[in-house]
Amino acid sequence: MTLKARYARDAAIQVGVVLMTLIVVIPLLIIIVYVVANGITALNLDFFTQELGSPARAIQGRPAGLRASIIGTIVIDLIALAMALPFGIATGIMMSEYPEHPFAPVTRLMVSTLNGMPAVLMGLLAYALVVKNTGGFSALAGSVALAFVMIPIISRTTESVLRVTPWSLREAGLSLGLPRWRVTVSLVLPAARAGIVTGALIAFARAAGEAAPLLLTSFGNNYFSMDLTQPMDTLPQRLYSLAISPYRQWHSMGWGGAIILLLFVMLTFYAGRIAVKKMEERALGVNEERRTARRKTRKDRREANQ
Amino acid sequence: MSNPVNGSVRMETKDLSVRYGPAIYGIQNVSMPVHANKVTALIGPSGCGKSTFLRALNRMHDLNSDVEITGQALLDGEDIYAPQVDAVVVRRKIGMVFQKPTPFPTKSIYDNVAAGLRLVGIRKKQVLDEAVEKALTGAALWDEVKDRLKSPGGSLSGGQQQRLCIARALAVEPEVLLMDEPTSSLDPASTLRVESLIKQLKDQVTIIIVTHNMQQAQRVSDYTAFFFVGELVEVSPTGTIFGSPREERTKEYLSGAFS
Repeated sequence: MTLKARYARDAAIQVGVVLMTLIVVIPLLIIIVYVVANGITALNLDFFTQELGSPARAIQGRPAGLRASIIGTIVIDLIALAMALPFGIATGIMMSEYPEHPFAPVTRLMVSTLNGMPAVLMGLLAYALVVKNTGGFSALAGSVALAFVMIPIISRTTESVLRVTPWSLREAGLSLGLPRWRVTVSLVLPAARAGIVTGALIAFARAAGEAAPLLLTSFGNNYFSMDLTQPMDTLPQRLYSLAISPYRQWHSMGWGGAIILLLFVMLTFYAGRIAVKKMEERALGVNEERRTARRKTRKDRREANQ
Repeated sequence: MSNPVNGSVRMETKDLSVRYGPAIYGIQNVSMPVHANKVTALIGPSGCGKSTFLRALNRMHDLNSDVEITGQALLDGEDIYAPQVDAVVVRRKIGMVFQKPTPFPTKSIYDNVAAGLRLVGIRKKQVLDEAVEKALTGAALWDEVKDRLKSPGGSLSGGQQQRLCIARALAVEPEVLLMDEPTSSLDPASTLRVESLIKQLKDQVTIIIVTHNMQQAQRVSDYTAFFFVGELVEVSPTGTIFGSPREERTKEYLSGAFS
């Protein structure tokens, strides 16, 4: 093959890669632009400070908003994350650190199954476990359903970051006479914390967008409520019910809600990225180096002034 | 035997074999003594089983369920593989320093050294402070790091990191220290520092060191054991091995016939 032909092939492959990327990125941009264009007019002060109430409110132009859904989403998702973290991390540790344990293959099978299971089934599960036994829809039931969505994600990311943690770290700990659990808890987990945090945030963002598991559990509530034992509103489930409603005013609010949900998920990822970067820098001593550099600069300046 | 006589037999293996599978021997029927407060060097070509042997001496193979170990490894006459013996206790008495420096990345210099003590439940700051200073001094690192004990262990140079790892191993006051090519990733200056450190340390601990460097074995060790394809060929005082080896294979190896 001549040099010219090689250049041509290189160029062709590059064009192909760019085209494929555009095909992926453009629909995403269209979605964002479309959602923003349709929903931006709905975003006013009322939108964030009022509850939805009955359809009559919006139709008659009285103040109505999605305050209940926004706060509900945050509350239900945070509780779900708190529930899912210990289980997700523990199962991740089981798969990575105790592969010879009889539970390990079972755990792996369960996590893969959970991961591939449609989210609506998580809702059914939480319905059977919590709603049926407590006598009604509740925010807590919603959290349980979302925790089931989060667990396999946290579990898998935990397993994969633990696996890439150098084996030498474990050996160094063991050679000091530390028991295995100590090595895992005090050495391996801290070394992998940035990855575990990332996994938790991915799980959080993913669950924040789920409507199906919540329809059967936290159910939704047109009115603001902070009672965890009662139905509570969330953005994805509210978007669904606004979208299928026959009221034009509600459709508009639904688009507004979609903007908020989009922002919520994007901010979660962004915050996660920053947190992870901070942690990695601290682990590598970058801040320490910066402080030393700053001290040195100050000292140099003082000396220059004298 | 808390105060072993200098030069008496501290560790001893009897027909120690390590198998990585039904018929894949790492080492086969190794029987050799390790003398107290002496440095014993393990030499031999790559893949000869010297590291496998070293790691068998503090049960580092335990985590790999494919590995099967037979024979005995005695510490002060007691078999460390006896069923009632806890591997964790064995490793507390027999410390290890690895080929590549392995400071705990998330911990400060101080916490790296204190890790072994703290994690077995020693909490008193005064006790820890003293132990950390003693271990770092023992590892010839104290003067270089005493003003920045709070800095991360990873911020040190490679040679300093390796001495930090030695300090960390010393802090738990082991009776035997295993070193697996401790200087192979260090520059010549750092290598010399670690070597002189080894010579000082043998007053406190019994040292077994794996090395690829013949000069290093000659410089630091009192006894040398030559391994070849999973077998111990001979073990003698270092001067004898390098001066007039008993075995033909040792002679050939030392003259560079194979490597």
